[in-house]
Amino acid sequence: MREYEKTGLLSMKELQVPSKKQLAKGVAILECVQEIPCNPCVDSCPVHAISMKDINAPPVNDFEKCIGCTKCVGVCPGLAIFVVKVKDDKAWVTLPYEFITVPKVGDSVQALDRTGTVRSKALVKKIVKHGKTMVVTIEVESCLAMDIRNIKV
Amino acid sequence: MRIRAHPIIDFKKRAELPFYFQKKKIVGEEGDTIAAALHAAGVRTLTTSLKYGSPRGFFCGIGKCSSCLMRVNGVPNVRTCIAPLKEGILVEMQEKLAELPDAEFFGEPKKTIDVDVLIVGAGPAGLCAAIESAAQGASVLIVDENQSVGGQLVKQTHKFFGSKQERAGTRGIDIAKELENDLRRLESEGKIQVMIDATVIGCYESDKKHRFGVVERREYTSTLYDVRCDAVILACGAMENMLLFPGNDLPGVYGAGAVQTLMNVYGVKPGERVLMVGAGNVGLIVSYQLLQAGIAVDRVVEAAPVIGGYNVHAAKLRRCGVPIQTSHSIKEVCGEKKVEGAVVVRLDENWKPIKDSEEYIKCDTICLAVGLTPSTRLLSQIGVDLEFIPEAGGYVAPHDGAMQTSVKGVYVAGDASGIEEASTAMIEGKIAGLSPAILLGRSKNKKLLAQYREELAQLRAGPFGEKPRIAKQKIATLAEAHHA
Repeated sequence: MREYEKTGLLSMKELQVPSKKQLAKGVAILECVQEIPCNPCVDSCPVHAISMKDINAPPVNDFEKCIGCTKCVGVCPGLAIFVVKVKDDKAWVTLPYEFITVPKVGDSVQALDRTGTVRSKALVKKIVKHGKTMVVTIEVESCLAMDIRNIKV
Repeated sequence: MRIRAHPIIDFKKRAELPFYFQKKKIVGEEGDTIAAALHAAGVRTLTTSLKYGSPRGFFCGIGKCSSCLMRVNGVPNVRTCIAPLKEGILVEMQEKLAELPDAEFFGEPKKTIDVDVLIVGAGPAGLCAAIESAAQGASVLIVDENQSVGGQLVKQTHKFFGSKQERAGTRGIDIAKELENDLRRLESEGKIQVMIDATVIGCYESDKKHRFGVVERREYTSTLYDVRCDAVILACGAMENMLLFPGNDLPGVYGAGAVQTLMNVYGVKPGERVLMVGAGNVGLIVSYQLLQAGIAVDRVVEAAPVIGGYNVHAAKLRRCGVPIQTSHSIKEVCGEKKVEGAVVVRLDENWKPIKDSEEYIKCDTICLAVGLTPSTRLLSQIGVDLEFIPEAGGYVAPHDGAMQTSVKGVYVAGDASGIEEASTAMIEGKIAGLSPAILLGRSKNKKLLAQYREELAQLRAGPFGEKPRIAKQKIATLAEAHHA
């Protein structure tokens, strides 16, 4: 039995972690590790960086090809894709958001990790609407780049 | 109790409809069911237990559990969870067993409808069956108990998984709209007849064709139809499972589907703070939908040692701060007349409660997401062979690859043929719709049938498809044995 099957929490050992160089240009982290029948992320990728052996296989992102365009973030039915970019002491995390309280660019919001714990404040830098899903880019400290996965407005 | 702001659904304020509950005036909204309007007004107690007189509310919210029966305009035993609200109606709680009224039930003579294919249930499987059958040239009548078509799809606000063919990435509510558009187009072309707020009451004696009685309700009066058909597809879905614990009949204990119906269809909050029981996909998805509707989820408890649903759904909840406790279950509900809290308990490796591990939780709603049982009553009445298959969720009809049961011309599809996902239900529906069209000589498209079967096999190929895979294998083996 894997720990995440008990807790719902993924750890770094289950995830594909990009190199510093790859993080610097910004890449999509696919937090989807189980074999489930689903593939819209593959179709959404304009540079064919995301691939899958078959519809049940977990998706794999080729970080070298990935351009961090964030298209897959709003497409993923599991809301499980995040684009992370790091430069110096700052990081930009792009995440899907589907709640009533709507953030605006320039707002200061709370940044939450995978357990829902508030870890810091974040600045809303960009919002793109993909249907009813908001694709929100926030700015946090670079040390939190691989931890922050939600916001509270 | 009304939800006015929602990130996914546009809940517009609808026209006000005043009505009377226990002689007191209450204002509901157009499009409400009677029970939804009562909930919106804070009334959760709809009936009382016949034996103990204790208060009860509805459990299933989809017309199957009978704990919402009330007297409406003098007519007893109206299922208020699916009966539409009308202006000025008199809604009363029944004392014990209702009296048989003197009123005439069937004022009009029965009408006869002759079609190639009758489809029972307009959920994902039934709609796809109807569209497929009619598109292939068969004449179709589709009947559903609810006020609208779409079945459980109309409350699925999340995006569906799968591939493009299964409309992956599209929300269930939008898939329902797309399917309804296709249905209405075929209806306007005269290829499909659609009957909503109607019940198929049984199969009757007939020398050649299948013959069914259908009762269509309108303004709480009914019309009887005598339907003759060459084939019937039973896509009547499933019923939510109940769990045994003290207080499980108190108003405020709901099935997950009932919670979804209230909040996602009628825009009514089932409560303010919910304990979710069951961490399969349904429990996880509905928990997230509760948060989206502005309702707190205290936690999710799951008796199994692992989370049954997809990790992506569990992760969404966790990052909103909702705990998921595996090897935990509900011990009892606290409250006299309604849910006021619950006691959860930790389970050991043998699923037995661990002493002194009880914890009290304050909540006003318990949501049970502990599996479903296929609806097979009509199949049973027709005389179709039924077998108990645990992986399918209970008794199901052995069927062949064309979805045909042991009785010629009787087909099944969707949850009624074994519990699974909406995406597989839609493909099963297409197969069940296409098969009689081919058999009746309306279509020759056997290639399409093979394609649909391949799509089904793909969706079931992963580890989460194991249970339905086993179920369908057993069903196929049984069908072959019956055939031989």
